[in-house]
Amino acid sequence: MNKTVTTMRFNSGGFWVLLNKEVRRFMRVATQTVVTPMVTTLLYLLVFVQVLEGRYSPAVDFSYAEFLVPGLIMMAVIQNAFANSSSSLLQAKMNGSITFMLIAPLSAFEILLAFVSASVLRGALVGLGVWAVASLLTDWNLLNPAWALVFLLLTGAALGLLGLIAAVIAEKFDHMSAFQNFVILPLTFLSGVFWSVKSLPEVWQPISALNPLLYMIDGFRYGMIGVSDFDPARSAGFAALFVALLFGLTWWMLHRGWRLRG
Amino acid sequence: MSATPALEINALEKVYASGLKALDGVSFSVEQGEFFALLGPNGAGKSTLINSLAGLVKPTSGRAKVCGHDVQQDWRQARRALGVVPQELVFDPFFTVREVLALQAGYFGLKASRPWQDEVLEELGLSDKADTRMRGLSGGMKRRVLIAQALMHKPPVVVLDEPTAGVDVELRQLLWRFAKRLHADGHTIVLTTHYLEEAESLCDRVAILDKGQLQTLQSTEDLLASHPWREIEVQLGAVPAELSASLHSDTVALSDGWYRWRLHKEHDSVADLLEQLRNSGAQLLDIRTREPNLEDVFLQLVGGGNE
Repeated sequence: MNKTVTTMRFNSGGFWVLLNKEVRRFMRVATQTVVTPMVTTLLYLLVFVQVLEGRYSPAVDFSYAEFLVPGLIMMAVIQNAFANSSSSLLQAKMNGSITFMLIAPLSAFEILLAFVSASVLRGALVGLGVWAVASLLTDWNLLNPAWALVFLLLTGAALGLLGLIAAVIAEKFDHMSAFQNFVILPLTFLSGVFWSVKSLPEVWQPISALNPLLYMIDGFRYGMIGVSDFDPARSAGFAALFVALLFGLTWWMLHRGWRLRG
Repeated sequence: MSATPALEINALEKVYASGLKALDGVSFSVEQGEFFALLGPNGAGKSTLINSLAGLVKPTSGRAKVCGHDVQQDWRQARRALGVVPQELVFDPFFTVREVLALQAGYFGLKASRPWQDEVLEELGLSDKADTRMRGLSGGMKRRVLIAQALMHKPPVVVLDEPTAGVDVELRQLLWRFAKRLHADGHTIVLTTHYLEEAESLCDRVAILDKGQLQTLQSTEDLLASHPWREIEVQLGAVPAELSASLHSDTVALSDGWYRWRLHKEHDSVADLLEQLRNSGAQLLDIRTREPNLEDVFLQLVGGGNE
């Protein structure tokens, strides 16, 4: 018996291989998983800036385009981090290849960590790509890089975890599409990507305040242009709490083998 | 033979959420180095049992150990000791055969061993497919890759869940040879199959499950010996009209003048049957006998036999 496996508390070899596999999976189809989201986001930038430039900027001293770029980066992170873990796990469930992972000596924690890390990496990669492309059209801002990094990581992790939860629950791609269109998309669009939530009608503000993505985008915007609607430390606290709750729920689902093991 | 059994299954029970009792207190052991057959009709509980060992199913009660490691409490070591070839043709279409093998070794915390990969690929006739993506392989090739994957961490116990279901004769022969080689190398092999002659020719002992319960567990030899029937087939030339009425009640007429009788090994005599035939005026052209096979025993035990 292999001694390292017999005595291990954390299957680090297994974790790295699973993470490597998940990264290679999306890099194999990088046109679809990385380049396409960058182009889509660029189109958003061109359209919104063309329509709204000069007429609306929630941030004094910054153009609307400069205000919009952090939101678009986070939208790319949100959508791609979610898409990565959700599509990978659901495909593995549907084609049965999840068996190979489930019969291996990989714990729920190791599986979760590998999938979420891959989601964060894809989200960050697409986000950086959007930023690079947007920099060609607007001024380049990164006033508080540490905050930007914190919110980038928390957002990628949260959406990676949500993707895993959705994939565990879903029994077919139709279910996943519903989750994406009726949960993730509204949360994204109502989170201050395109405008400040303070500019929303009053009735919407308390509802928006319940949206955890709001604090993530607001905090990330603070990291880039130093402007935010909320205190970034409090936003980071909310985001971390949200990630911790999702982490606990996802770990419990994987540990129990809910909908994965008979 | 080692003191620790390869598999120890004790009062294992599995009741699914639907209320279906797939395993109903199954207990048995498999010694290290055995070639063991697990038989049963569809829905007998074979796959649930295997999946319980592999960690794909959580038993409702009871215990199972692989090489002394409890599959629930000591699950990492239990899984390390077990290689499972699943029944379904499952595969990850993104990767090549060699990548899939490296990943599987990696999940077990092991670095991919190129010589071991090459050896297994060669044995299974996959060498020229090593760099082909899984989606580009035929069904038979995918089946071979499943076997190779299960062996990447060199498990002492290998479970083959209907490995030859739906494969052609050539591949079946190759898989038999490979299973024999693994056994000769010291692996414990547990085989589930619908081809009973497969279990008969390969396995030392046979367990038969039915409706989630262990019906019997014996050496293949003893199991066959426990079936008290043999079949006699006689080709007759001139056949008297009153033959069927005057002879043994279970005469079966076959083609080309052949007739078959099933005789109890202790109570019926072949000599008496032949004497009766001669006395009835029948002309005996040829005779052949057939000893019981595992299929006869299986049908008898799961309720499809004549007894």
